[in-house]
Amino acid sequence: MNNEHKRLSGWGRTAPTTARVVSTPDVEAIARAVREAGERGVIARGLGRSYGDPAQNAGGTVVDMTALNRIHSIDADSGVVDTDAGVDLDRLMRAALPFGLWVPVLPGTRQVTVGGAIGSDIHGKNHHSHGSFGSHVLSLDLLTADGEVRTLTPDGESSELFWATVGGMGLTGIVVRARIAMKHTESAYFIADYDRTADLDETLELFGNGSDESYDYSMAWFDAISSGPKLGRAVFSRGSLARLDQLPKKLRANPLKFDAPQLLTFPDVFPNGLANRFTFSTLGEIWYRKAPRKGRGLVQNLTSFYHPLDMFGEWNRAYGSRGFLQYQFIVPFDAEDELRRIMRLIARSGHVSFLNVLKRMGEGNRAPLSFPTPGWTITVDFPIRPGLHALCDQLDEIVLGVGGRLYFAKESRTTPEMIERMYPRIDEWRRTRAAVDPEGIFRSDLARRLNL
Amino acid sequence: MIDAVGNPQSLLLLGGTSDIALATAEQYARQRPLRVVLAARPSERLERAAERLRETGSTVTTVAFDARDPDTHAEALDKAFADGDIDVALVAFGVLGDQERLWTDVDAAREMAEINYVAPVTVGVLLAQRMRRQGHGHIVALSSVAGERVRRSNFAYGSSKAGMDGFYTGLTEALRPSGVKVTVVRPGHVTSKMTEGLKEAPLAQSPEQVARIIVDSVRKGKELVWAPAQFRYVMSVLRHLPRAVFRRLPF
Repeated sequence: MNNEHKRLSGWGRTAPTTARVVSTPDVEAIARAVREAGERGVIARGLGRSYGDPAQNAGGTVVDMTALNRIHSIDADSGVVDTDAGVDLDRLMRAALPFGLWVPVLPGTRQVTVGGAIGSDIHGKNHHSHGSFGSHVLSLDLLTADGEVRTLTPDGESSELFWATVGGMGLTGIVVRARIAMKHTESAYFIADYDRTADLDETLELFGNGSDESYDYSMAWFDAISSGPKLGRAVFSRGSLARLDQLPKKLRANPLKFDAPQLLTFPDVFPNGLANRFTFSTLGEIWYRKAPRKGRGLVQNLTSFYHPLDMFGEWNRAYGSRGFLQYQFIVPFDAEDELRRIMRLIARSGHVSFLNVLKRMGEGNRAPLSFPTPGWTITVDFPIRPGLHALCDQLDEIVLGVGGRLYFAKESRTTPEMIERMYPRIDEWRRTRAAVDPEGIFRSDLARRLNL
Repeated sequence: MIDAVGNPQSLLLLGGTSDIALATAEQYARQRPLRVVLAARPSERLERAAERLRETGSTVTTVAFDARDPDTHAEALDKAFADGDIDVALVAFGVLGDQERLWTDVDAAREMAEINYVAPVTVGVLLAQRMRRQGHGHIVALSSVAGERVRRSNFAYGSSKAGMDGFYTGLTEALRPSGVKVTVVRPGHVTSKMTEGLKEAPLAQSPEQVARIIVDSVRKGKELVWAPAQFRYVMSVLRHLPRAVFRRLPF
């Protein structure tokens, strides 16, 4: 068992703290670490792709789950995989593809573990058609505060703890293993349609008129820097996994082939302030222009359709040592006016964001802390600069005002009071958690900061 | 916990009636109300300070702390940490005293040295222990330009600041592997209750100005700062002046 003190932060590289990190493939050793956690508690950590502080635990223990990484079985007929929680979605996808199986929910990167995907109840571009990750989990093994492992299912006696664990940010225990219902696919390619919109009205219109309903995947990258008439112009993409008969001849021979090259890993040499209005609006202009004005039936692989950022390792370093934060919120469909207001506020704030995603979300699931609800979700990335605090607080108020909420996997700076009001079922979740972990052994910096 | 944009949730002021410390708390509270622990000798002044900070919407508690009694420091700090983690701790107590008396009167000299040097050292050790245990935290030590090169006019005071400055500068390095941060702040003349009745020196500033520098340095993780920033260059020159010249300078 590997055991050392390390400074940990999230993907945004802000607010690092120090913890004892335990890394072992032995579930019994992890159980021992939980039983011996002490007053500063313990939390599981996967690949650290959450932007803020949910996978760090100042002064306590952090269990590095990537050491627990065996895929136990893949059943091609039923589509069920049985895997350790430390397996990442990239590996799971590569292992399952030869059986014609597809990971049912993929976030913006494949560099997340199964345990993290459950803990954050992640969503992807197919939320409107397939829901979030937790909805595809058939059962999970949870190591609880008493050091025991229990198997939980979405229905039946254990369902309450199951749904408290889905989206529960690792605070009910450590997910050590899970069975996931994969999606059958004939190919690893997408048939995609692209549209470039001129402004925000057109962007919302394309989403709002049901034009993405017949597609499994949809999202829009939008311009969050240009104000005036270009405000909210977007590259709108929709697509579905290709059937064999939709593929061009040369791809049909090997339709499940997938290779995602990693072009380069960013070195840690970028100065603060490189991510600025000039570089970002230039990049944004290129991003916008390189998309087809109206592309139809394009055959694309996962990297170009879905995961362009996975071509670059450690891209968060480009933001410099001060790091960045990702602000993701959801507001109900009828809050279009507030959505416009937020976009204008961002564009005029002087804070610049390049990675901006707008997506229409579908029905949520039963998990009390799960983020998705029907509505619009927007994601923006801001480099840490003076004044960002005030902008985000202002956005919080608007989001809360229309009954919206923030996403724990991205959160890094709001207040306990905000979260309390954004998640009306939080007390129900707290009761479930208190019953299984009365002393609050599972703790993280996020939990301390937001008083979860 | 300190969040991604640098807002702390809890603040400990050792020297809870210090003008600079209170101005720092107010500045933090203006950005976002927080939990403040004021550690000082119980007094009406302390209660008034607590009341003033409560008006910002912050939660304020007081802890009895006497710099002259090092044996009580551990207990005082335990109380200060009892309600949860301390994100930022300011070591802001100190006395200036009558400079001529300070080098001619044994008792006065000893008391000043105990408050300005011995107490910051014991407090520094205790803060370091606790912050290492909690795995995060930021200590801000209020030093002085007077300690950077001691001069005839206030060398007794200057020597105590030189000592505490050295301790906290070293503590910055010692705590680096633990992730606990230390910022040493060297203000020049600050117009405050400490310097009441004294003639204003060049580059004099208000407690609020020093507070702004403290808040900014903690956010940026700076380890050694001057207040105002120009003092860095002024002191750099003064430090290298030959003694024969230095002694003739008019301050």
